[in-house]
Amino acid sequence: MMKTTRSLGIPALLIIILGILPLIVPPYYTGLLTLMFIYALFAMSLDILQGYTGLASLGHAAFFGTAAYVAGILNVKVFHGPHLGTELVSGVVAAALTAAILGLIVLRSTGVYLLMILMASSMMLWGIAFKWRSLAGGDDGLPGILRPDLVFMHVDLKQTTDFYYFIFFFFVVGTALMYLVVRSSFGHTLLGIRESESRMKALGYNTWLQKYIAFIVSAAFAGLAGVLLAYYNGFVSPAELHLVNSAEVLIMVILGGVGTLFGPAIGAGIIILIKNIVSGYTEHWMIILGAVYMATVVAAPRGVYRLIESLVKGKSQEEEKSNQ
Amino acid sequence: MPALVVENLSKEFGGIHAVSGVTFSVEPGERLAIIGPNGAGKTTLFQLLSGMITPTAGRITAFGKDITKLPAHQRAALGLGRTFQITNLFVNLTVLENTLLALEASGMTRYNLIRPMSSYRQLIGKAEEVLNEWGLWKRRDTAVRNLSYGEQRQLEIVLTLSQKRPLLLLDEPTCGLSPEEAQSFVSMIRGFSRDYTVLLIDHDMDVIFDIAEKVMVLHYGELLVFGTPDEVRQNAQVQEIYMGTDE
Repeated sequence: MMKTTRSLGIPALLIIILGILPLIVPPYYTGLLTLMFIYALFAMSLDILQGYTGLASLGHAAFFGTAAYVAGILNVKVFHGPHLGTELVSGVVAAALTAAILGLIVLRSTGVYLLMILMASSMMLWGIAFKWRSLAGGDDGLPGILRPDLVFMHVDLKQTTDFYYFIFFFFVVGTALMYLVVRSSFGHTLLGIRESESRMKALGYNTWLQKYIAFIVSAAFAGLAGVLLAYYNGFVSPAELHLVNSAEVLIMVILGGVGTLFGPAIGAGIIILIKNIVSGYTEHWMIILGAVYMATVVAAPRGVYRLIESLVKGKSQEEEKSNQ
Repeated sequence: MPALVVENLSKEFGGIHAVSGVTFSVEPGERLAIIGPNGAGKTTLFQLLSGMITPTAGRITAFGKDITKLPAHQRAALGLGRTFQITNLFVNLTVLENTLLALEASGMTRYNLIRPMSSYRQLIGKAEEVLNEWGLWKRRDTAVRNLSYGEQRQLEIVLTLSQKRPLLLLDEPTCGLSPEEAQSFVSMIRGFSRDYTVLLIDHDMDVIFDIAEKVMVLHYGELLVFGTPDEVRQNAQVQEIYMGTDE
């Protein structure tokens, strides 16, 4: 963590490759990559809690879905059209606010209790979205969300490629911001809480407050992803708030590597890929996902990211550290 | 004004009286050792004083302020620092990162979400100073889980002492140190200015009698004797507990 600023080489190279990709691959894959970016943001936001603060959550969809609904309702019911700035900010703020209220109640618990109480909270929101037909469209969801109009910038977001770059922009900015957070002195205290909350208290930290801030920040980024998904799909459904969505994003984090930030983005890519490609061949794509998940647990129990990292470096982090 | 006043302090765990009705006070600058057989309630007493657990009854006053209901972090801010009997460190972080967390605790940097930890030159310089004192600077990039047990025990003390809190609770600090390390630890504590008040739990009688001006003996959660080291040494009840008697 304390390594001096890593060279910008790899991120720059990745940005260039991802920038060129939509010019090469068929539109279907461009659309798929777009979806990956959205879920990558979502997964990374959960990693701030799961990996860096040590707070497990099975309710992260609450913030993702709330933001998607707020943006969607503004778009369809209030503005009757896109209003990028307002919808984006409202969505993100709504997610952060949900976390700020929920955090007051739930952050006193930890471990599996926190996991369960967050799950229950998000399912409550799911229940509201499912039943509230007049505002949220009930179980039919909320269709007719229009993508922002950026014609003045000569960008047509109805075009797959243009929309790709639009989402890609938020992906890069969101990732960079989250990277700053986890490397910051604030992020450093989160690691301390993950490692030993009692020691942090004895050292003089109000650990509750640090966790509360982390909770809100994490929710805000999940909210960003949620708003982007609303534009991507053109509709919002209760599924966005559902436990299945929370569980899926948790698997993305674990698969990619808890506490690595970029790992969960890779995890998101893998799962979106499997889900969309394999489901084209068989409806039993969950079996393939399960197999991949188990294979990862066996071959790379600490996640794909750390596996790649150790392959690149030629030896595991453990060896490196114990050789010192 | 005493640094610490404890009145009638009790803690029950489901009918077990871990600490019962303990009353004592510590003057500023005093060194008090707490001894007693295993299970006497020594560590529970520290847990109560540092705010890790709340008492069933009684009152704790530090520096003239009632802290009985204050959470641990506020007690720390008031000037209370502690070490842990069972090493309590950030094991997956490096030695330097551990030290920085201790140093960061009294500043506002903990609320900075943007500025990288690695850019706080002043904090890192301070950490270097502290770690050099203990010969741990060369190990700064080693993850704590890869340190030897002795080094971990050292770091346990380093984290607490680096914060310069005036009221120190040291829970078996020399346990796990080599005799030489223990000796240098003792001379370090003896060299402390009288701005520091020290409460010390230890099993090593040499350490205790080298450091302490007052000794308190706990037995089954109750305060048995409180006095100078000599008084305690000559106390019949203490001899009975520690040596056993012919029945």
